[in-house]
Amino acid sequence: MAMLEVKHLSVSFGGLKAVDDFNMTIEGGELYGLIGPNGAGKTTIFNLLTGVYKPTEGSIFLDGKNITGMKTTAINKAGIARTFQNIRLFRQLSVLDNVKAGLHNRYAYSTLSGIFRTGRYREMEKAMDEEAMRLLKVFDLDSYAEYQADNLPYGQQRELEIARALATRPKLLLLDEPAAGMNPNETKALMETIRFVRDEFHMTILLIEHDMKLVSGICEKLTVLNFGHVLTAGLTEEVLNDPEVVKAYLGEE
Amino acid sequence: MGKLKNSMRKITKKNLMTYICLAIGFVIIQSCSAGGLLTFQIKGLLVPVCIYIICAVALNLVVGISGELSLGHAGFLCLGAYGAAIFSKITNGLIPDPIRFLLALIIGAAVGALFGFLIGIPVLRLNGDYLAIVTLAFCQIIQNLLNVFYIGVDKHGLHVAMQDPTKLELEEGGQVIVKGAQGITGTPKDANFIIGIILVFITLFIVLNLIDSRTGRAIMAIRDNRIAAESIGIDVTKHKLLAFTISAGLVGMAGALYSHNLATLTVAKFDYNTSILILVFVVLGGIGNIRGSIIATVILYVLPELLRGLQTYRMLIYAIVLIVIMLFSWAPGAIAFRQRIMERLKNRGKGVQ
Repeated sequence: MAMLEVKHLSVSFGGLKAVDDFNMTIEGGELYGLIGPNGAGKTTIFNLLTGVYKPTEGSIFLDGKNITGMKTTAINKAGIARTFQNIRLFRQLSVLDNVKAGLHNRYAYSTLSGIFRTGRYREMEKAMDEEAMRLLKVFDLDSYAEYQADNLPYGQQRELEIARALATRPKLLLLDEPAAGMNPNETKALMETIRFVRDEFHMTILLIEHDMKLVSGICEKLTVLNFGHVLTAGLTEEVLNDPEVVKAYLGEE
Repeated sequence: MGKLKNSMRKITKKNLMTYICLAIGFVIIQSCSAGGLLTFQIKGLLVPVCIYIICAVALNLVVGISGELSLGHAGFLCLGAYGAAIFSKITNGLIPDPIRFLLALIIGAAVGALFGFLIGIPVLRLNGDYLAIVTLAFCQIIQNLLNVFYIGVDKHGLHVAMQDPTKLELEEGGQVIVKGAQGITGTPKDANFIIGIILVFITLFIVLNLIDSRTGRAIMAIRDNRIAAESIGIDVTKHKLLAFTISAGLVGMAGALYSHNLATLTVAKFDYNTSILILVFVVLGGIGNIRGSIIATVILYVLPELLRGLQTYRMLIYAIVLIVIMLFSWAPGAIAFRQRIMERLKNRGKGVQ
């Protein structure tokens, strides 16, 4: 069974059809890329997948379960976590607490336990600290654990967002332009991290990216979006050599 | 992990410092009082200071930690005061005094929390400043309603009437408890400074431990970025409602203390100005800074009372103090200065060792 199956997904804002009849199938464990020119509707699709927008038509299946129209919170519990194009960290919390917030539903204890400092509180907080530090270590952020998230350099803020999303232990991870604003060296390191995350956590990853080096370097399959329509989809190499795709990106000769 | 444990201790240490400072303050005042150093006027301020500290700390949970604005905390204070006073008037003499007062405090807290919950359900689902608008209106409505509210008791039980006390239709020997705009008179005076301080400690214990727990983390995550919090599976409405209900409950408890401290309880005291006064304590003490709320409340509540002798210059001095405190807690230069002082104190502490 496919990890993610999107069928005939459409959404309109007033008269504008931002996404029209979008179809996509991602198998478990794949590293999948969603590309397209600016304004093609890529982030809108992320927002539809995570329940920020409700689709006007179509359906979304995650690991066989229909998640169409569910709320963002419920969709995360069902197994989708994401990062954001414009970074959305919990700015006043520490780096560690950002990841621990991601562990919220996996290490549960009641509010009363928290106030009265019961054994369960201590046990769960200890487990959370350990797991959060493990995740931070993956991104070499463990030495910044006590920093306020706001004070991290830009590239590391992006990595922290990925760590926070991973903390919810999703089946599918959505990365919205993870390399935006990074220099070539940082991008290279990020590619390795993404591949490592996929192998280490057995994760299925869907990413939006403009950096073609990153896309061709790590994505196994691609879907190309243009003006809300799917232009083409398939193996990365074939898609990138498709004259239609070249035309959409570079214009006609 | 060693570094991590260190910082865990830092939070606990900071909270412990707050408790210790408060305890020292209590001991000093208590011994001054025993030594006859306090004037009658200052003694009269001790319980109100405790009440306003509880209010400021509770409001800081909403404003600073949850990131919502409430302009109606005086309303919860009023409801808690009324609920507890009515209970005490009815059961006075039937239950031993300490138990009755304890129950009155619990009832005050329950009434506050109940109304906080009821207001929060519709309003906290929305984004934006709706809570400020609704709580402001709530406070006004409560005031107007209680102004024309009468409760009496006779051997048939409770009678409730609006507008007209004769509609209570009490039998002979019945007693009017709530008399509209005249409020409630003759509530037993159970409150004293020691109980006030105990309640401040309970409030601090609840709020500080809540902040430093999974729930508090979720509440602050929502404050910092609602969309991101939803994306990692945190239930936004539930956590905002929780923070607001706890805050309203604590203020309701303070209300119970209030009504058991004064001979007369009228709604006129719980107007918009009181809500703003509490908000001023929170803002000047530092939004999200619990210890700051306590310090600001003590200074800003006691000072105007002590300056009464200066008459017309009183508000002038009050205004200057407001500005100085604001600069001290918010100006970047002052923050750096404070940190330098703290560093120096720390180094000196090490040198002694």
